[in-house]
Amino acid sequence: MRNKLETIPFKDTPEQKAQLEAIIAEFKDVPGSLVQVLKRAQEVYGYLPLEVQMTVASGLDVPLEDVYGVVSFYSLFSIYPKGEHRISVCLGTACYVKGSGDIYDALQQKLGIKGGTCTPDGKFSLDACRCVGACGLAPVLTVGDEVYGRLTVKDVDGILAKYGA
Amino acid sequence: MELKNLKINGKEYSVPNDMTILEACRHVGVYIPTLCWLKDINEIGACRICVVEVKGARSLVASCVYPVSELRPDSEIFTNSPAVIESRKTTLQLILSNHERRCLSCVRSGSCELQTLCNEYGVEDEGKFDGANNTYEIDATATHMVRNNNKCILCRRCSAVCSKIQSVAVIGPNERGFKTHIGCAFEADLGDVACVSCGQCINVCPTGALTERDDTDKVFAALNDPSKHVIVQTAPSIRVALGEEFGMPIGSIVTGKMVAALKRLGFDGVFDTNFSADLTIMEEANEFVERFTKKENLPLITSCSPGWIKYCEHYHPDMIPNLSTCKSPQGMFGASAKTYYAEKMGIDPKDIVVVSVMPCTAKKFEAERVDHSAVKGLPDIDVAITTRELARMIKKCGIMFTALPDEQFDKPFGLGSGAGTIFGATGGVMEAALRTAAIKYLGVELPSIELNQVRGVDGIKEAEFNLGGTVVRVAVASGLANANKLLKMVKSGEKTYDFIEIMACPGGCVNGGGQPIQPASVRNFVDLRAVRAAALYEDDRQLPVRLSHENEDIKAIYDEYFGKPGSHRAHEVLHTGYTVRSRY
Repeated sequence: MRNKLETIPFKDTPEQKAQLEAIIAEFKDVPGSLVQVLKRAQEVYGYLPLEVQMTVASGLDVPLEDVYGVVSFYSLFSIYPKGEHRISVCLGTACYVKGSGDIYDALQQKLGIKGGTCTPDGKFSLDACRCVGACGLAPVLTVGDEVYGRLTVKDVDGILAKYGA
Repeated sequence: MELKNLKINGKEYSVPNDMTILEACRHVGVYIPTLCWLKDINEIGACRICVVEVKGARSLVASCVYPVSELRPDSEIFTNSPAVIESRKTTLQLILSNHERRCLSCVRSGSCELQTLCNEYGVEDEGKFDGANNTYEIDATATHMVRNNNKCILCRRCSAVCSKIQSVAVIGPNERGFKTHIGCAFEADLGDVACVSCGQCINVCPTGALTERDDTDKVFAALNDPSKHVIVQTAPSIRVALGEEFGMPIGSIVTGKMVAALKRLGFDGVFDTNFSADLTIMEEANEFVERFTKKENLPLITSCSPGWIKYCEHYHPDMIPNLSTCKSPQGMFGASAKTYYAEKMGIDPKDIVVVSVMPCTAKKFEAERVDHSAVKGLPDIDVAITTRELARMIKKCGIMFTALPDEQFDKPFGLGSGAGTIFGATGGVMEAALRTAAIKYLGVELPSIELNQVRGVDGIKEAEFNLGGTVVRVAVASGLANANKLLKMVKSGEKTYDFIEIMACPGGCVNGGGQPIQPASVRNFVDLRAVRAAALYEDDRQLPVRLSHENEDIKAIYDEYFGKPGSHRAHEVLHTGYTVRSRY
């Protein structure tokens, strides 16, 4: 199958592979365990690329489309890896009315990626989030554990530069 | 059977307690419209078109999934109260708000279930809830079909058929909420996934979201090219289905009118795939007797159904050695046309255009398998069209189908036996092959040539036949989920057979993915498989020749060209090979 969605090349370690196989073995005969298995698999890999979904599909004898349907349904699951620096832009009400939507758009443009995905070098990933509890600083974004507030689009370059972009 | 008393639209009835409200209403002659409901296949209560009012209930209920047993005795049901009508109308308007409303040129205009309902419910203000719209690229990557998600109403009938009936499951709902759409894993194109091209999803699509790839322009172009000799073949099950496209009852046998229509379309030769079905039987019965005698690669599995072949290549590649090497009747016809017929008529095979009319979308895929074509560099089949496409051509050319006289197929591929005609029903190939294997190759008398053990619409059928002292164990499966089940039993050693017939579509070609579309309101209550198959068996009874090896045209082609079944030349022209394909 050709993969129409662009993702960065998949790499896994023998440990990750063994862990995934153990998870599948544990749930193989438990009906309705697909979400469980995917959640655990994501804990191992950090995301659920095509290769992992194929292993789950054949391991549980479930069609690949069923697996992908579940993965794309729940926002918990991601088919894109998380970057070394994870950027989250708050699109909650307070931040949004203060212009976080524009900041989010600017980041997508500058990083050359869509929200929810990761740069090809694996350095940055970008997500939208709902309220980090710092509405007083709106609009807010976080990079890893670092919080940046009272932002304008002009601040984006400076923040990215701090992380070597 | 336990009964329950209900009041439906003010009248009192006793209805079986194990029905849903929808079935109970239908049982007493009250029709409730549906969009997503497909009996036994897609019972999800999602579309809200079938809502009815149950007196005392908090809200309207989806009648397709509401069991009568859960109603209080003497409940009152209203299927057409103002609240119900208003609700259905609103639902239709909401569906339309995100639907590509290009109905004028839509191939399903006139047979679209959404359009019909909008008309019935007087949805004049179709743009009432217009707002943001999803726009999807049209996926035309598959050989056999086109997916236009802009016309999809998310009823999930296609994905239900794909997974439950065919156990292929390459399409399903992706994402959620407003972004929900039917697609393949990782949004791959249909042409890149392990779709088997059976077209069952098209048959159940209520709108124009899923359609066959229309190849009629290619046929018209060939017909209008004076340098081409254009010939056509029609599969057995076209003759018992084409009439439906012209308002005739399901199961009408229209062989003569079909031939007349094809002649009026301008084909230089109108031939019968029943002839090449007989040819298939000559080769396949011979192949079976050979393998059975040598106990080699048993069970032999039939190869007429291209949907099944592709399924086998993707999902059971280890069974490829068991497949018959015979080309399908479509393939054998094309191969014979470009060799024997070309020689006989003195026409360069390059100038012959072979068109086939098939009940099947997978035949389009089969036509493009050119690696074993009879004449190197030329396809056996140039264009494969479905029953629906033929009907479209006939309508476009202003041919008044129902008023046509009955006409005869042309020589030399005009004779088909009864054995050839029953190819269109599940079990038919098995029956035809056993008739010839027994009588011609083993010299055994059959008590009756009608082998009822392999007839009928059951998904899996088994039988044993005593052919001159040896017992032949056979099985017949239709619908790929049934085939999958059967093959798993064979592989595990639970079952042992000598000969297996598999058809991709439930009920065989009569219910193929290229056949006339019947709306769910008909499909849910009429067994298309059985009614159309009954017409084929009737056709068999009426034909003067009912055994493939007694067909004079078949005798002639062996005398003049192939020598005998299984000969070197027959192998070169009439046999083929298969490819291992991946599942993902």
